[in-house]
Amino acid sequence: MTGRVVVIGVGNPFRRDDGAGPAVIESLRSRGAPSAELAVSDGDPGRLMELWRPADSVIVAESLRSPAGRPGRLHTLRADRAARLAAETASTHGLGLAEALALAAALGRLPHAVVVHAVEGADFSVGVGLSPAVRAALPALVHLVADSVRAAHR
Amino acid sequence: MNGPASRTLQLGALARVEGEAAVRLRLKDGRVTAAELRIYEPPRFFEAFLVGRGHTEPPDLTARICGICPVAYQMTACQAIEAACGVAVDGPIAQLRRLLYYGEWIESQSLHIHLLHAPDFLGCADAVELARGHRRAVERGLRIKQAGNAVMELLGGRPIHPVNVRIGGFYRTVSRDELAPLADRLRRARDDALETVSWVAGFDFPEASFDGEFLALHDPGRYAVDSGAPAVLPAPGGAHPVRGFPVDEFEQHVVEEQVPYSTALQSRLDGGRHLTGSLARYALNGRWLHPTAAEAARAAGLGDPAAGEVCRNPYRSILVRAVEVVHALEEALHIIEGYRPPPRPHVDVPARESAGCAATEAPRGLLYHRYALGPDGTVTHARIVPPTAQNQAAIEEDLRRQVQARLARSHTAVGDEELAALCERAVRNHDPCISCSAHFLDLAVERE
Repeated sequence: MTGRVVVIGVGNPFRRDDGAGPAVIESLRSRGAPSAELAVSDGDPGRLMELWRPADSVIVAESLRSPAGRPGRLHTLRADRAARLAAETASTHGLGLAEALALAAALGRLPHAVVVHAVEGADFSVGVGLSPAVRAALPALVHLVADSVRAAHR
Repeated sequence: MNGPASRTLQLGALARVEGEAAVRLRLKDGRVTAAELRIYEPPRFFEAFLVGRGHTEPPDLTARICGICPVAYQMTACQAIEAACGVAVDGPIAQLRRLLYYGEWIESQSLHIHLLHAPDFLGCADAVELARGHRRAVERGLRIKQAGNAVMELLGGRPIHPVNVRIGGFYRTVSRDELAPLADRLRRARDDALETVSWVAGFDFPEASFDGEFLALHDPGRYAVDSGAPAVLPAPGGAHPVRGFPVDEFEQHVVEEQVPYSTALQSRLDGGRHLTGSLARYALNGRWLHPTAAEAARAAGLGDPAAGEVCRNPYRSILVRAVEVVHALEEALHIIEGYRPPPRPHVDVPARESAGCAATEAPRGLLYHRYALGPDGTVTHARIVPPTAQNQAAIEEDLRRQVQARLARSHTAVGDEELAALCERAVRNHDPCISCSAHFLDLAVERE
């Protein structure tokens, strides 16, 4: 491969389970230098597109809100599917990961490989700390991300 | 729900959500009898969160309220606590603070213009569809936004939720050499921003007019961002001239009230509806725009800001935002040119038992903070009045009028989908920060 391997934890640690993505990055950092560039982002399209280049392999750790779902359940999504999770209407104030992926695709700025590992969250209220279900799922989420890093280097 | 003709429409496939908003319309005999904007999660929760913390903590904590405008919260918190402690920060530290704030303005306003608001004018569902048909404009918008982001990253220490800001100044200040590459980037962004003004000036703007009062900071001689006192431009036809009041009288003039359908408080200015944000700033401060921005405004059809021209059409706020981006870029370049590093990155702010308040101009309007401190600096009371809460009543009135006007133009029933699109546009004109909401909007229509 010619690009970099970039791992991005998307979310806001001050919105409880929305902090799962950044928590994955923290965990990877604490294990010592992995063979990937690590970054945390709020998912804003401009900032995400600054973190990656077209040739890169990008692995994203993210949380999902799924009202009828099961908190702690893990999902692995390819870029096109993740992009389809965008809201169907333009927001008033900001855009997130799904919109960023769709926008990057429209602008020809999508990395050559993107995988999104997401955990279903339970609590997105103001505050710090993950809910028990998401906290319990975090090691498995980190494991999935680390596997993807290894796969990207093969 | 009322009767068999009633139905509820839900909009929005929500992927990741930090807060929600909803609009409830009630229609009866072709008239709008209620238009309510409901906001579920206001910064109010943060106020309780702040009590018991040290006086150095609010800038970092309140920055988490909003991913789009953390600097506005940091700067207002710093100034309010410094006021309580009797410390004034000036010189190069104040200049750097303003530069950081301009970085946020550039980023936030260009995001709103290009990715959120422009699709409304060009018949696109969202930014993605816009990018397919207007790729050059979207790329240009992202370049401008990233120039603002570069300012935030350099001065704030990281691209989101800056960590380099502290009471009294910064943990570390930058050298002139560090700012030099930033200036190159900002110059390119200024050229892009001028193109954006011309692009937006060609949009088709629906007729609309806000007829309440405008509230913005006023600091004669400068287009107020982080200085000045609140000033009020009366409603059209009002008998009173522009009036102002000291920021420590803010809560006597801007009074918050609870409404039964929303957890966010609404504000009234001396009992009436008011609007803060780009239109208000432009109306009260237009004559102090940088000459390049003023010329861009004139060329874009906004009239002559030096002559006190006022724009009351909320749809044209996108044009005023574009002019403000040019101004912010020019001012940022001016600060960089004259910058000499301060001897120390911050001044000491010893705690004392007192209270202090401050207001600054967040991209979407006037933001007010007030803190009371105990003898050891512990926060005993915190009050935050964000622009969105202030604008809520004005937005509701705007919704009511626009839906009413649409109903009056049609002899046949207007569908929920069209009403939803109309409401979204009306709300988006004001760029409300819905508790850092990433997604928007649930609409419920009740027909009696």
